Amino acid sequence: MKENRFLITLYYKALFMNTESQSDTLREINDIKRIMERSSRFISLSGLSGIAAGLCALAGAFFANRVLKNYYLKYDVSGYKVEDFISLKFKLLMIAGIVLIAALFFAFVFTWRRARQNHLPIWDLAARKLMWNVLIPLVTGGIFILTMLQYNEWRFAAPACLVFYGLGLVNGSKYTLSEIRYLGFLEIILGLESTQFINASLYFWAVGFGVLHIFYGFLMWWKYERKSGTL
Amino acid sequence: MKNPINGLNKVFDNRIRLGVMSVLVVNDEVNFNDLKQMLEVTDGNLATHLVNLEENGFIKIHKGFIGRKTNTTYAVTKAGEKAFSDHIAALENMIKGIK
Repeated sequence: MKENRFLITLYYKALFMNTESQSDTLREINDIKRIMERSSRFISLSGLSGIAAGLCALAGAFFANRVLKNYYLKYDVSGYKVEDFISLKFKLLMIAGIVLIAALFFAFVFTWRRARQNHLPIWDLAARKLMWNVLIPLVTGGIFILTMLQYNEWRFAAPACLVFYGLGLVNGSKYTLSEIRYLGFLEIILGLESTQFINASLYFWAVGFGVLHIFYGFLMWWKYERKSGTL
Repeated sequence: MKNPINGLNKVFDNRIRLGVMSVLVVNDEVNFNDLKQMLEVTDGNLATHLVNLEENGFIKIHKGFIGRKTNTTYAVTKAGEKAFSDHIAALENMIKGIK
């Protein structure tokens, strides 16, 4: 009996003070925000993906540097040879291809893992939008760079990589973690800067794709994933 | 004094209809399967609510084709956008008004 009366009092309190509907309303607004966010941004992008891609890039830059050094050692001894130059181009392209595939693979693995942990689909509307918006500048840049190589214009390959990649990130940042925008700006600035130090462009490339990725990946991991208790 | 719940819309009482609107106001065009995946609902359930929203003039339906398969996309109308933002504003007023 007493308990009943207590309940009735509570009920009236809720009715008049509206605390109950207030928390309902809050929950509703939060739901709306969550759905808006999730349907427009791909939030599963893992910081570890960035770190892994950065490590791949550093390894690639290391091997490319060695290949270039060996080429110039031989060049200084026996001069320009067509077959040496062709083999150099082939080796550099191979390294670039392997780095690209490895970086994409590891980036995918960590992001897939994060999506699974959060019980989110990896391939949804936001993921598709992100992909298209990054790919448009990126594929344009890729074709442009290959065309430059076709005409033996290799000097601006590394700066162009940085610039077009940066444009891809800026363009895609609307559909994922917004901090990616600043990473994009940094890549563009680095790419433009490296055109003035063309002999050191491999180092700029290593900083842009290696160091910045690791740095940014760590930052994103620290900000969004650290608390979830997974490495 | 203005009633804080003015602007609350009966149509958005339902969680799924509100969810559909939330997706559509931030995306230009969304197809059926993406809506289904986002809101975690069954085909029939979603279809009913979409019809309801269309009848109220809040969304428009565009039937297209990808090859031979139909691809139906949904977009929010001007009226839908207005009703939705009024609804959100009313919800926010309710919270503020009571505090």
